[in-house]
Amino acid sequence: MITRVLAQLGSVGVSALSSIGRAHLLILNMLAGLNDIIRRPRLLIDQLYSVGVLTILIIAVAGLFVGMVLGLQGYYILSRFGGETALGLMVAASLVRELGPVLTALLFAGRAGSALTAEIGLMKATEQLSGLEMMAVDPKHRVLSPRFFAGLISVPLLAAMFSCLGIFGGWLVGGGMLGVDQAAFWNGMQGGIDFSDDLVNGFIKSVVFGFVCTWIAIYQGYDCIPTSEGVSRATTRTVVHSSLAVLGLDFVLTALMFG
Amino acid sequence: MNKSKVIEIWVGGFMLAGIVALFWLSMQVSNLGTSYTGDTFHVTANFDNIGGLKTKAPVTMAGVEVGRVTSIVYDPESFRARVGLDIQTTYTGKIPEDTFAKILTAGLLGEQYIGLDPGGAEDPLKEGSEIMITQSALVLEEVIGQFLFSKASEGDK
Amino acid sequence: MDIPRGKVTAIMGPSGTGKTTLLKLIGGQLQPDSGDIYVDGQHVNALNNKALYQLRMRMGMLFQSGALLTDLTVFDNVAFPLREHTKLSESMIRKLVLLKLEAVGLRGARDLMPSELSGGMARRVALARAIALDPMMIMYDEPFTGQDPISMGVLVQLIRKLNDAARISSLMVSHDVAETMQIADWVYVISEGKVVESGSPEQLRSQGGEWTQQFIKGLPDGPVPFHFPADDLANDLGACL
Repeated sequence: MITRVLAQLGSVGVSALSSIGRAHLLILNMLAGLNDIIRRPRLLIDQLYSVGVLTILIIAVAGLFVGMVLGLQGYYILSRFGGETALGLMVAASLVRELGPVLTALLFAGRAGSALTAEIGLMKATEQLSGLEMMAVDPKHRVLSPRFFAGLISVPLLAAMFSCLGIFGGWLVGGGMLGVDQAAFWNGMQGGIDFSDDLVNGFIKSVVFGFVCTWIAIYQGYDCIPTSEGVSRATTRTVVHSSLAVLGLDFVLTALMFG
Repeated sequence: MNKSKVIEIWVGGFMLAGIVALFWLSMQVSNLGTSYTGDTFHVTANFDNIGGLKTKAPVTMAGVEVGRVTSIVYDPESFRARVGLDIQTTYTGKIPEDTFAKILTAGLLGEQYIGLDPGGAEDPLKEGSEIMITQSALVLEEVIGQFLFSKASEGDK
Repeated sequence: MDIPRGKVTAIMGPSGTGKTTLLKLIGGQLQPDSGDIYVDGQHVNALNNKALYQLRMRMGMLFQSGALLTDLTVFDNVAFPLREHTKLSESMIRKLVLLKLEAVGLRGARDLMPSELSGGMARRVALARAIALDPMMIMYDEPFTGQDPISMGVLVQLIRKLNDAARISSLMVSHDVAETMQIADWVYVISEGKVVESGSPEQLRSQGGEWTQQFIKGLPDGPVPFHFPADDLANDLGACL
């Protein structure tokens, strides 16, 4: 009985290790694919469209509403202390430092990450990846690498858009509906948000999240069992793993940056 | 228009929008946009207590921003805080030497900044001058202490 | 096991005996646990990545599902290997692609997407793509599975024609006995990863062993039993009661 449990634990451990190993080999291969992308930027452009452009809408809507909610909630709390003038700072700081990068990454994992996994998984299931290999084209460079770099580029840009629209939403609610002084809103923000401490750190966060989310999505697609069940499981895993990774990494990064 | 052209345009728009968003954040939302590139001259002022003043806090005259706090150090000789101010060169020769510098707070809980009240002297502030007349930041505990003290002394009468 | 040049060689066997695995081994997509594979004098499982890719350019492979790239049109699919591996001008590529499509009789379908093709058409397009680089050999993975009789006939004819006209060596993996026997020059029958018998179709038909006879004629019971190994039926039923 005990030996069975031990053997099972061992095999789970070994398969986890080999999975980690495969994921890292994959990322090395994808980074090496940068060569091909520089020679053929068209590959990257197509992926920027399906990974980035198609995600704009959900990011924009979510950003606007998150900002509006922040404006409302912030106003109710701040007005208790007579600190409505700090509303701009509160909205901007929470968006730029946390909500922008984190929510963008979570939405990206749900919208683009799952699509990437499903697409690559189906390409595997329909032997398209094998087909490419047999045509002497490395699918890791030709198919996976452009998707990876598209994700890496898209997430920081999407996070910036999210923050912008969020601040705009906060301003709409705070300045427009609730009558917070406009100048105080913007000045408080500009006085309180530091370029290198807040903006650059938020940007670094979104780059890290983009890297991790796209990596997970592509790895899950490439490593999935090529059946309909395997693809659907891989898609679920992408969303779950990405979300957990983003939230965990966010804590670590926040502790490192602002601690 | 063929499909690949449409994709190119969308991607171009996406990249542009992202970069504009980043630029807007740096310029409009952070303090990067409010730090000027123009020339400045440097003056210092000594305060008994600077409260919560921080570097990069604005320096204003009649509410108009004329400069920024660039350095705050503790001077062990005089036991006071030595604050360095950078004033825009457009105001060279236009701020009297006996200007009064005080640390003010924007709103009840807002950021602290330095307000300058012009004096009446003929000679203006120059590069390296020191502002002689200063007023410290309002520290809440001290204000309350004073208030209680005056109430107590009123009660004595 | 030897596969001669310029001939149609077929590998037959029941499902799950490692026929597709064999093709993947030859293409260098899998590494053998033991044994060696040589293609055109080159030791496939010892080649480095670059040499392997060089070799693959001279091999074509037709997958069971066709494996067309779903985001490209028929024309672009066939042009894909040419664009990847040659520096030909666009007009040259166009000519070549149209010729290849003409060879499989689908020149008119060049602007369709793979999702708009029937299974047989998709396989013909995949065949055009496989011969785009004029390979020295083509591997067919179950070319006849799931085809209606007409597309099967078309494929049989195409495979034979391509083999004879372009002097391409063909290696076919299949369990469709009738069609395979019709076009193959030499047949290997494998079972559970081992070669059971080999010979020309006629030889196998007339002198094949018991196992081969069962396979060729499709008898339900024989050396391969009808029943999956199980306990005695009475015992099993008894256990239920």
